[in-house]
Amino acid sequence: MKILIVEDDLEAAAYLSKAFREAGIVLDHASDGESGLFLATENSYDVLVIDRMLPRRDGLSLISELRRRNIHTPVLILSALGQVDDRVTGLRAGGDDYLPKPYAFSELLARVEVLGRRKGTPEQDMVYRVGDLELDRLSHTVKRAGREILLQPREFRLLEYLMKNAGQVVTRTMLLENVWDYHFDPQTNVIDVHVSRLRSKIEKDFDQPLLRTVRGAGYMMKEEAAG
Amino acid sequence: MQRLLGRLTALYRTTAVRLSAIYLLLFAVCAAFLVFYVSSMSEGLLQQQMREAVAQETEQIERVFDNNGMNGLLRTLERRARQPGANLYIIASPTGEVLAGNVAAIQPGVLDNEGWTETPFRYQRYQEEARGSNRPMAYAQVTFLSNGLRVLVGRDLGEPENFRKLVRQALMVALGVMGVGALAIWYLIGRNALKRMDRMSDASQRIMAGDLSQRLPTSGSGDEFDRLSESLNTMLGRIEKLNEGLKQVSDNIAHDLKTPLTRLRNKAEAALAGNEKADHRIALEEMIGESDQLIRTFNALLMISRVEAGQAPAEMSAIDISGIAHDSAELYEPVAEDCGLKLVTEIADGVEIKGNRELVGQALGNLIDNAIKYAEGSDDPEIRVSLVRREGDVVLSVADSGAGVPDDKRDEVVKRFVRLDASRSKPGTGLGLSLVGAVMEMHHGRLELDTTHPERENNRGLTVRMVFPVRPD
Repeated sequence: MKILIVEDDLEAAAYLSKAFREAGIVLDHASDGESGLFLATENSYDVLVIDRMLPRRDGLSLISELRRRNIHTPVLILSALGQVDDRVTGLRAGGDDYLPKPYAFSELLARVEVLGRRKGTPEQDMVYRVGDLELDRLSHTVKRAGREILLQPREFRLLEYLMKNAGQVVTRTMLLENVWDYHFDPQTNVIDVHVSRLRSKIEKDFDQPLLRTVRGAGYMMKEEAAG
Repeated sequence: MQRLLGRLTALYRTTAVRLSAIYLLLFAVCAAFLVFYVSSMSEGLLQQQMREAVAQETEQIERVFDNNGMNGLLRTLERRARQPGANLYIIASPTGEVLAGNVAAIQPGVLDNEGWTETPFRYQRYQEEARGSNRPMAYAQVTFLSNGLRVLVGRDLGEPENFRKLVRQALMVALGVMGVGALAIWYLIGRNALKRMDRMSDASQRIMAGDLSQRLPTSGSGDEFDRLSESLNTMLGRIEKLNEGLKQVSDNIAHDLKTPLTRLRNKAEAALAGNEKADHRIALEEMIGESDQLIRTFNALLMISRVEAGQAPAEMSAIDISGIAHDSAELYEPVAEDCGLKLVTEIADGVEIKGNRELVGQALGNLIDNAIKYAEGSDDPEIRVSLVRREGDVVLSVADSGAGVPDDKRDEVVKRFVRLDASRSKPGTGLGLSLVGAVMEMHHGRLELDTTHPERENNRGLTVRMVFPVRPD
């Protein structure tokens, strides 16, 4: 995956470059809005990470301009503003995701990876499969090894989101955002409890675990590699 | 001398002195007007009386002449002229030659015309020395008798003149007394006011120097100075309280941020001292956990101040608050169950309010989160989330059966960083209720704290109500 980071804080940019490279992501860096626009137009990226406040051209106008030029690369907005409506304005300007500063790198990485793989995600697939687990989005049924598992509506949506992003880390806040449509920090381990309930339902009578906890980051749905 | 002058200048600058000067001036003008009015009125009256008396006498004299002839006239005049304080009498020939009377000399021309003399004239009586121009003045009526003789009856003007002088003198004395009195009052009031102002400004100097416990002096008389001092003192009390609150918050911020920062540093130090790679990993993970808590606290603080400042009013729209209540209850239900608590809902369906879904959801989340934290381990572990309409309001409440909050601490817990559990052993930022309070303020609603089970001895529980007013718009 190749991404572009538009961030005027050079120290933050250097840290992000190093961290992303360690995670196996190739990255370009622009330190102002105009050069960000140039790079994003000239090259092809999987994801753009754009700071909201930039010299020469601010983040939101950069995104609007890209969208106007018919460049639909997924954009993640980073913002030091924590205003209640910032997310809304950011997403309206054409952003795909929004992360307020300060953030944990694991959170940023997970979101960038999900955005980057989005292009290839079979949004129109009616059935998600991970190992012997099968989720039918049309009939709202879940089967494992042919046996039907009964889930509550919310558990179904939780599993659906996890399976849609199978093989990728999803953080707790991503789950809260996408399954419950809330964008705040729930403080206690509410999400963990929901996940562990779901896990017990889909893994109780089976040997092979599918839903893994990634320490310090979140969860990942993945078929255990053979052997 | 210099000091006295300075003191007087200071005195002159006081409001009391300026006010009394204005009053004095006004009063003097009024008094002068009054005195002049009274004196001119009484002078007019005196003159009228005099004219009447003279006219009456002239009439009598004419009657005497008509009845008794010239001899009778002369006798009567002689008798009258001898009386003390008599009027002036002259009988003159048609050419103006004085034939008889009690006047030695008279301003020429007075006898030429019949009727009242137009202006007062000078005259001189017998036995009286001429005193230059200081000769007495008189008014008179001249009558031409049928035989051509002229009769003058007049009256001296000394009496009204004296009266006028008296009145003017009285006015002067009164003005003098007023002036002296005003000066004395100026000095006394001004000095008193000046002294009290000095004391007040001394006290304010000390307060400005940083001693907020100082208060302005009051005399206890309840006058305007006291009222001013009292309201300023009330203001100072409020400032002092706010200041203390602010200090408390900064102390709490210091504590809440310093403790995890210190732990973070200690962990880094300990990890550096150890050699095991596995230890390093654990330490680093713990450090990330600590940082996350710090970030959480910061975010909550920022959120509250932004919601409170209300700079950019968050997007408000019609939101399905029943849905929010269901979602939140559902979100927290498994956690509650894991903690051995029963989460009961009692949610009216289809209730809508104008608000921000995100903020209301977060506020409710905070309340349920708190309830779970503090209701844990009670005998009757239950959390009740309810949504009802009440007299035009929509009330969303979370009731727990935990230890509750003592009545006198209710205002306290809404403040930032305030946690009744002094050891701060339970996890949390101490900002939960403050955020809920700020969110309610933004929605023009209010936050009510109550006891869930007032009849109980222990575990009376806490009920927090978010009251949203439903405005017709």
